[in-house]
Amino acid sequence: MFKIVNAQFIAPGIKRFMIEAPRIARKQQPGQFVIIRICEQGERIPLTIERSDPERGTVNIVVQSIGKTTHLLNSLETGDSILDIVGPLGKPSEIASYGTVVTIGGGVGTAMAYPTAAAMKRAGNRVISIIGGRNKDLVILEDEMRGVSDTVFVTTDDGSYADKGLVTDKLRQLIENGTRIDLVLAVGPIPMMRAVAEMTRKERIRTMVSLNPIMIDGTGMCGGCRVLVEGKSEFACVDGPEFDAHRVDFAVLVQRNAMYRDAEKRSMDQYRLEVETRKPEAKQAPTEAVMAGCALEAKQ
Amino acid sequence: MTTEKTTTTTTTTTTKTKSKNPVPNRERIKMPRQHMPEQLPVLRAQQFTEVNLGYSEELARQEAIRCLECAKPTCVADCPVGVKVKEFVQLIVEGDFMGAAAKIREDNVLPAITGRVCPQEDHCEGACLLKKKGESLGIGYLERFVADYEQQHFDVKHIVKAPPTGKKVAIVGSGPSGLTAAGDLVQKGHSVHVFEALHEVGGVLVYGIPEFRLPKKIIRQQVDYMRAMGVDFETDVVVGRTVTIDELLEEEGFDAVFIATGAGLPQFMGISGEHLNGVYSANEFLTRINLMHAYEFPKYDEPMVDFRGKDVAVIGGGNTALDAIRSALRLGARKAYVLYRRSEAEMPARAEEAKHAKEEGIEFQVLTAPVEFLSDGKGWLTGVRCLKMQLGEPDASGRRRPVPIEGSEFDVPLSVAVIAIGTTANPIVQSTTPGLNTNKRGYIVADATTQRTSRQGVFAGGDIVTGAATVILAMGAGRRAAQGINEYLATGQWDQTIPALPNPA
Repeated sequence: MFKIVNAQFIAPGIKRFMIEAPRIARKQQPGQFVIIRICEQGERIPLTIERSDPERGTVNIVVQSIGKTTHLLNSLETGDSILDIVGPLGKPSEIASYGTVVTIGGGVGTAMAYPTAAAMKRAGNRVISIIGGRNKDLVILEDEMRGVSDTVFVTTDDGSYADKGLVTDKLRQLIENGTRIDLVLAVGPIPMMRAVAEMTRKERIRTMVSLNPIMIDGTGMCGGCRVLVEGKSEFACVDGPEFDAHRVDFAVLVQRNAMYRDAEKRSMDQYRLEVETRKPEAKQAPTEAVMAGCALEAKQ
Repeated sequence: MTTEKTTTTTTTTTTKTKSKNPVPNRERIKMPRQHMPEQLPVLRAQQFTEVNLGYSEELARQEAIRCLECAKPTCVADCPVGVKVKEFVQLIVEGDFMGAAAKIREDNVLPAITGRVCPQEDHCEGACLLKKKGESLGIGYLERFVADYEQQHFDVKHIVKAPPTGKKVAIVGSGPSGLTAAGDLVQKGHSVHVFEALHEVGGVLVYGIPEFRLPKKIIRQQVDYMRAMGVDFETDVVVGRTVTIDELLEEEGFDAVFIATGAGLPQFMGISGEHLNGVYSANEFLTRINLMHAYEFPKYDEPMVDFRGKDVAVIGGGNTALDAIRSALRLGARKAYVLYRRSEAEMPARAEEAKHAKEEGIEFQVLTAPVEFLSDGKGWLTGVRCLKMQLGEPDASGRRRPVPIEGSEFDVPLSVAVIAIGTTANPIVQSTTPGLNTNKRGYIVADATTQRTSRQGVFAGGDIVTGAATVILAMGAGRRAAQGINEYLATGQWDQTIPALPNPA
């Protein structure tokens, strides 16, 4: 059991959890992730580590409600617990003095880009960050990114905040303006990472992307998270999660991530139904509900 | 406490007490082997409950009576952990089932597990003198009976262990090797802490071996027994990531570490189409079903491709391959194939498992080698293209090498294919432990008798040293490691030629 010492929404549907996990907090490095399991019947899902506090023994994760598990997780509050959190997993980002580093965060991907941006800054790089969201509310960690970047650009798809457009539009502008870029790190939705890769390939700018394939154990044992890298299988959990964007087959990643779409929809539909029908008596503490066997109650 | 014995014993002192067996030896040879009661194939092919039902007390005694009580029992010599087969079988004849359990426990801390999954035909039963006369003694079945009897009649007071030594040992991995070492070391009075990367204790026993062959309940009972003995378990710790071996030794005060991280990364075939949806590694396939209960979706959240009415094949001929395909059948597969590139004689799977699989309706297509996975053009598997093989000269493994027959391509239509062709070393511990020697394939180098590695205080055993093997061989390594650690903790000396020393207790 791992205690949630703090939980708060930082955007609609996006929640930040501070979880007591001293071993992970002590070891976490930028670019690494955790796998969590909420309850006995729960699935294991990989999640981003936004930061950790070795002194307090806590790690922060940022979670966007997408499927059943993330919805259930985001219904938990301060004082609740989750059954399992394991990590830090994956290889850390390669932090070095590159010169100018552009860190790009799309949506909740910004939470993964943030610790690497901070480490890049500490390593003496000039850090330009581009963060984006569909609208104003979905731009996250802007202040944090400003704190560790020389320049921050913000984009929204609908123009409700800062520059209207995509993060890649801003990257294109930088390139066209002749900005010297030594390394790009992009974390976010696959179409965004793929677009970044295409753009920087032509410019021969070294580009890393942090991939999020389907994963179970996170230790290399199952091979479910295999990605096609220049025609070879590599495992995101032990060889990644960061890969050279110009070597990754994004089409295969998209295809594999869609493997359980039907099952995921079924789980989510059932979850919604249960939440709606059980609303009146759903006031009990989620932890009790969760420990009673992953019951679907949620405080909503 | 008589756990001090070597695993390489070739003879066991003959018990001087007179045999209580009522049947003369020449009659025993004529007695047939008692069959293991099984679920009917038609029933079991649809559910995950255990296939073998277990001996009753009567069946167990009738079977035990067949033992010839050899003066030099070859069964004991052939057991990787040296279970005193003859002695425990005699105790069954006498009706002292708890005594028999205690006798097994002197050498084997996981009897309910080995009684179910150990390839006895390659060890004790393969060496049994009765086999030359007909059918070997059902040693595995008897072990299983005794272990289950013990579980039903268990009392904490049965646990015997030495006074505390004040020494701390960390075990990395809670599979058969780690659990065996933990059991042996805690009996010797050491404080034992087992780290497990997954959320459940048991390693391959939990994620790899299906419910119908080894129920999770049995593993939990055996682990609870070890908890009662005083072993500490900590799940969700990936040693090498969450904590390093050096930190365990230097910061967490462990006097020795045993690395038993087991089989590693699944091997793929490197053929076209391996990334198609519907192509699984056996590890992923079995982990979803066993550890994550995907067969109980949507009660459990982990999803799985829907097998109902679909054709499924496994590629490979080992126990893992059969576990996977028999699981697919239970999930509703219409046709279930084993595609194996050699002939059935070379199959590494246990004979009993192959027999069970066939009874359940699994089709064996041998001398068949996949060359390409076929796609529907939208990323989903539709079949596998295969080549027919013939057997040529023996290869390095001593088995006849399969040679492709030219122009023999044929397609097998499939919705799901499971690749079960073996594993390679997991690099996480090795790459984060400076000075730990590995061989060119990435496995940890360890002394064959003491399991010592190139790092002082660090021992290794099981699949992470040998490559993929069996539960009982991993347990044998766990036993040797426990002895090696015990000696090291007693003397503090790190010398490969150090002689065996008496139990510090």
